[in-house]
Amino acid sequence: MSQAEAATDAVTTGPAAGAVRAPRLLWTFGLLRSELLTTFRRWRTLALLGVLAAVPILVGIAVKIETSDGSSVGGGGPDGGGGPAFISQITNNGLFLVFTALAATLPFFLPMAIGVVAGDAVAGEANAGTLRYLLVAPAGRTRLLLTKYAIVLAFCLVATLTVAVSALTVGAVLFPLGDLTTISGTQISFADGLGRALLIALVVAASLVGIAALGLFVSTLTGSGIAAMATTVGLLITVQILDQIPQLHAIQPYFFSHYWLSFADLMREPVYWDDLVKNLGLQGLYAVVFGSAAWARFTAKDITA
Amino acid sequence: MAPYESDESTTAEEADDLRAGRRKAARYVVPVAVVGVAAATIGLVPALADSGDPDLPKISAQQLIDKIAKSDVQQLSGTVKISTDLGLPDLGGLESSLMSGATRSGDDSSADPSSKLTELATGTHTLRVASDGPDRQKVSLLQDAAEYSLIHNGKDIWGYDSRSNEVYHSTAADSADAHKKQDVPATPKDFAEEALKSVDDTTSVSVQGTAQVAGRDAYRLVVKPKQSGSTVGQITVAVDAKTGMPLKFTLTPSSGGAAVVDAGFTKVSFAKPSASTFDFTPPKGAKVTEDGKDGHGLKGDDLKGDDKAPRSGEDFAKGAKGSDGMKVLGSGWNSIATFDTGGQGMPSGSEAGQFGGFLDSLGDKVSGKFGSGTVFKTRLINALITDDGKVYVGAVSKDALVKAADAAK
Repeated sequence: MSQAEAATDAVTTGPAAGAVRAPRLLWTFGLLRSELLTTFRRWRTLALLGVLAAVPILVGIAVKIETSDGSSVGGGGPDGGGGPAFISQITNNGLFLVFTALAATLPFFLPMAIGVVAGDAVAGEANAGTLRYLLVAPAGRTRLLLTKYAIVLAFCLVATLTVAVSALTVGAVLFPLGDLTTISGTQISFADGLGRALLIALVVAASLVGIAALGLFVSTLTGSGIAAMATTVGLLITVQILDQIPQLHAIQPYFFSHYWLSFADLMREPVYWDDLVKNLGLQGLYAVVFGSAAWARFTAKDITA
Repeated sequence: MAPYESDESTTAEEADDLRAGRRKAARYVVPVAVVGVAAATIGLVPALADSGDPDLPKISAQQLIDKIAKSDVQQLSGTVKISTDLGLPDLGGLESSLMSGATRSGDDSSADPSSKLTELATGTHTLRVASDGPDRQKVSLLQDAAEYSLIHNGKDIWGYDSRSNEVYHSTAADSADAHKKQDVPATPKDFAEEALKSVDDTTSVSVQGTAQVAGRDAYRLVVKPKQSGSTVGQITVAVDAKTGMPLKFTLTPSSGGAAVVDAGFTKVSFAKPSASTFDFTPPKGAKVTEDGKDGHGLKGDDLKGDDKAPRSGEDFAKGAKGSDGMKVLGSGWNSIATFDTGGQGMPSGSEAGQFGGFLDSLGDKVSGKFGSGTVFKTRLINALITDDGKVYVGAVSKDALVKAADAAK
């Protein structure tokens, strides 16, 4: 056994386990806070968030330029034009830019950013040689892993909200706001629309829980941060491609990305919950399976770096 | 293992290693167990939830048909899943543009009901229906991140395509007409009514057991053609035991295999839908197409005609009678519509070059007393086009078509 592991084992199984509960709880929050600060202060994280914030700006400006002569987006042909969902509605209501931006970033940009952060979570520390110091501290491996996962989940939320807030700002500046029409044709007030936008952002963030767990598991497999990130993003792309092959329809409902775009069902009136519930259930399943696999791997792993 | 300790290797340590290895492996039981539990849940819960067919008092076929006829469900909302498999190649957009091109001419708004409902002719679709009395109905076709809604509220009929943000509007001249207009045969009830219209002495109708549909107890009404030669195997209608409302409609072809049409409620509620469901004002910036001024207004039959693959021979024949130059041969399920194109029939391989070869590959060459021709087959409707330009169409087998052509000669 390595010294680091011996040290942590001694702590976690030590007789003082019950006596020092309160300070340890504090310690967990301390660990969480320091990890949060480390992650969100990183230039890499900030650059990822910057890219995500730029997507709605690009979409908004593109739509504004295309419709500046009064034409509709995508030519408005009989097939309704291409582009991400809701794009034809943006010129009438800036709030729709939030939905369009989320629909545009969810298939790739958002999960890629999550893949980078999740893949880096454990493997990056091992790569930098700091993992053993984290483990020497009396935190325990399980708790360190949970903290890392909490950081990745926090990043999911922050990344999604970055896109949403940026889209809302751009939409408010470039386009009119007001009552909006749901895709079922009924009208809802702007306040209701904002509420739904927030709900949609939360659902999108929750849709990323699965790939976050997958990334964390991959991250415990290797000591190289780059390898873990590349594997996670590679898995993401592979699954997205497989999800497009009609012959695989039997297994597609089990892909983590299969129900991602179901967030649009929140814009129906009444809301169509079937796919949303399936999506959230699937994400929960991925989180439990790969979370426990990461735990099995990480708590039994020899830490050499 | 850590690099520091590999220099000392004793048997005791090896045993330790083995134990540690087992302990490590044991941890992987957790994710494996989670996967197992999830798989078992996915596999078993539907089986367990399916508590078998409900026990319902016996009822005769005639009583059940009366019950359907008397059923007067005014308020309803629910989700309908409809699958159609005509055995046509999946042509996707091409097919729907061909079909809408055939049924319509002139302006094409993507919000036009007749162009939209042709989509139902292939594949699986989810519809939401809501109804509140004869004057307020709504049917929505759910699509990926978009929806097509057809709303009937009083005198107005609105079609709204959220993907392209286009609106179709038509006003019903009188309200009796409006009823007819809104009669979209998307719900199992509409299908069932069409099927029961064809019940006569060529048809056997029976009640075969019970079923659960959308959480409600239902009788299964089975309608079968008595004559042989029809491509319709049987039609099963699940009828709600309480309200007499048909909840599920399944048409199986006589050739076996998957159902040609399978339309059923997955969720249904007989409570009054909220009034706002039927409110519609065209959103800002939407392109609105007004209809009814240029003569080819939206007629009830327009709506009905497109998405229905003629459901029975008789139904098909009925439609055929309406058209000019069409004759109907035979009766009941084995009706065959025939008309003369006056042309040269199908160009065959040698005459038409590559295109003819392509057509030949889609159809079967047949010959008989009538001469020779080509049979085009789907799982429900077959058509014989003779070389002298006569067309025979019906929900009957290839042999029956040839026989009809021989008889007509």
